[in-house]
Amino acid sequence: MLKVNNLTISFTGREGIIRAVDNVDFSVVAGSTTAIIGESGSGKSVSCYGLLGLIPQPPGQIESGSALFLANDLLQLDKHALRKIRGRDIAMVFQDPMTCLNPYMRVGAQLMEPLRYHRGASRSEAKRQALDLMAEVGIREPAITINYYPHQFSGGMRQRVMIAMALINEPRLLIADEPTTALDVTVQAQILKLLCDIQAKRDIGILIISHDLAVVADIADQIIVMQEGKVVERGDRATIFRRPQHPYTRKLLASIPKGQKAPSPISPNPLVSVKKLCTWFKQHNETVKAVDDVSFDVYRGEVLGLVGESGSGKSTLGRSLLNLVPATSGQILFDGQDVIALAAGDLKSLRRRMQIIFQDPFASLNPRMTVYDTLAEPLLLHKLETRSSVAERVLQIMDEVGLARHFVRKYPHEFSGGQRQRIAIGRALATRPEFIVADEAVSALDVTIQAQILELMQTLAQEHGLTMLFISHDLAVIRQLADRIVVLHNGKIVEQADTTTLFEHPKRDYTRQLLEAIPGKSLL
Amino acid sequence: MWRFIGSRLLQAIPVLLVVITVTFFLIRIAPGGPFSSEKAVIPEVKAALEAQYRLDRPLLKQYIAYLGDLVQGDLGPSFKYPGRSVNELIAAGFPVTAELALYALLVALSIGVGAGVVASLRPNTAQDYIPMSAAMVGICIPSLLLGPLLILIFGIYLDWLPVSGWGDMPGDKILPAVTLGAVYAAYIARLSRAGMLEIMTQDYIRTARAKGMPEWRVVVVHGLRGGLTPVVAFLGPAFAGLLSGSFVVETIFQVPGLGRFYVQAAFNRDYTMILGATVFLSCLIVTFNLVSDVLNAWMNPRLRGRLGSST
Repeated sequence: MLKVNNLTISFTGREGIIRAVDNVDFSVVAGSTTAIIGESGSGKSVSCYGLLGLIPQPPGQIESGSALFLANDLLQLDKHALRKIRGRDIAMVFQDPMTCLNPYMRVGAQLMEPLRYHRGASRSEAKRQALDLMAEVGIREPAITINYYPHQFSGGMRQRVMIAMALINEPRLLIADEPTTALDVTVQAQILKLLCDIQAKRDIGILIISHDLAVVADIADQIIVMQEGKVVERGDRATIFRRPQHPYTRKLLASIPKGQKAPSPISPNPLVSVKKLCTWFKQHNETVKAVDDVSFDVYRGEVLGLVGESGSGKSTLGRSLLNLVPATSGQILFDGQDVIALAAGDLKSLRRRMQIIFQDPFASLNPRMTVYDTLAEPLLLHKLETRSSVAERVLQIMDEVGLARHFVRKYPHEFSGGQRQRIAIGRALATRPEFIVADEAVSALDVTIQAQILELMQTLAQEHGLTMLFISHDLAVIRQLADRIVVLHNGKIVEQADTTTLFEHPKRDYTRQLLEAIPGKSLL
Repeated sequence: MWRFIGSRLLQAIPVLLVVITVTFFLIRIAPGGPFSSEKAVIPEVKAALEAQYRLDRPLLKQYIAYLGDLVQGDLGPSFKYPGRSVNELIAAGFPVTAELALYALLVALSIGVGAGVVASLRPNTAQDYIPMSAAMVGICIPSLLLGPLLILIFGIYLDWLPVSGWGDMPGDKILPAVTLGAVYAAYIARLSRAGMLEIMTQDYIRTARAKGMPEWRVVVVHGLRGGLTPVVAFLGPAFAGLLSGSFVVETIFQVPGLGRFYVQAAFNRDYTMILGATVFLSCLIVTFNLVSDVLNAWMNPRLRGRLGSST
């Protein structure tokens, strides 16, 4: 149905001409799914946007190639003709449903727009179809929610709206660019299933783009692996997973989180002891019980995994432990001291001993501070080093987290996501803390980078004898690192057990759901 | 929503009180008084006048008496226009000023938004540079200069439009409105360009394009609403600024508005008139800032919930 040959796309930038896509071929057959896999910057998205005229030209330029779709060469069509195909015959679903829907328009209007524009449907006809489709993709009470604005939906529901919007004109081909990357694993599993159901029902071709082989393990028929703009390997699903040829494909496969940490001896005395902790917020005259009557211990030298979906209160809990969010009631004992009752001065010395790593290394580093400033600040603030000795210590930290020393005067925007997370880890480790809260520390990263960062964290935790609370929505990731796991749901603890027990004998249904949602189970 | 408006109005009370107090005592500190003109006045007459306007009482008592009148909506008698109250003078001048400000705002919006959006569509090309340079010039030329320039060009050389007056001849409202609106047009152009540039790189604009929407629809339907947010936020302060800053234009074009009374009152030490006009304009500024905040929130569905109204 779609056959792309010799596609080459280049961008002209300050550093000269960069070939983002270099001589790429792929095809999509009606009723089947082709997956393009690669890291950020591998050119996988650009090749799809290029087909549809969605890359800005200049600086982008399609140098050569052809893209046959239903007897038309997409690359030869003029702007006008191409626009008629977009949204009618070829529809797209994007990565982040939070930013991809217009926040100023009701979802109904956005859903109906392609139908009204491409098919000239009447308002009532468009509305009827929109309602049907919303029900089909699993949005509850479409008659009411059709008048909602995007912010009134959860992330998963928004992605369903995006999918409904893409399907409304009965397209022949659906391009899904990282459709589940911004979502929790449980929601990811639902969305992937939805895509499968839709395909079975409508016999459309799907082109799915992802950085994560595990995600497409259950749905892709053909897999294309891209690296630095080139296709390095292609084949059907079974071949790629069972007999990967190219080293890069093997690396991608190896990055899928699997395996379990060898159980380590746990000291019997807790470093952090949480007793009946509640953190409530007031919102629109309602009390949101983000953390509700939670009690657990973190023993010295262990990694405690905290798993839960968005909105389960896991981040609030992590921040409450460090007194970054004031707790409503309860007790947090850190090495015997009650964190909540501490005065500001004592809190400062405690902060040296407990640190946090956040999810988004793009937002959590000050863009106006160099690596040096970021790493030196806590050292000087806590008077761990003097002005003259601090430079040497900063360089040592950079060695520890695997950053080249000559990066020391660079600013955060000059680094990749993985490197930034290394800076954030370095900053957290600078004061030689005993306890670290890692809040979704690898969730924003590509799987290959995620694997590297997890390894780094594991090594550092062992070397420094760190105690860690590792927060994530992804059980597969937690399994690699954690000795014990706490499952949090709606602010309450559902289950806590050591890692082996939890995976092999989950007691609660909710835990089983989370285990079910781990992508690429067929591979493990 | 109503709670939000109510609380904002309550917050305005201390602001107004400070404005009144500062103005009241400042004009008293200024040398001279309403009856100390060059013409010698018989001491008895002066004393009688001062008694009539309560100027013979201690300052603090005058202040309290003024506040008492103010609460009842009475701005007091004018010192320089015998027999007329400040309320009457404002009622006479304000509609003219409001009309002028409204036209100026319309001029500013249509030129500003138009130029800003056009410029944002092709950044860093001639289509961007030309309107934006014009906007920069617009910001740099004060109305004191622009007014006479426009009069020279359109009133005298081309002889298309009347050079002064308000409502006396057809078209005599055009030049004052353009002169007053020009600076604001330039600001609005810069705000809407920046707003649109930011919005047009958003992911949902790419979604609209991927849906195959024609470019005009992408810009107008999907882009404009978010892109003009900074302009809407600026509207309140802009309209308040137009109202209180119109005296230069009113003087140039001989427009009988509030601004001219205000300036004359300052020269004349017409205490009640200065105070009255200040209080009146302060109220307006507070109101328009509130209106623009409400408008801004109303345009943004995500903020609407926070105002407490259901969507």
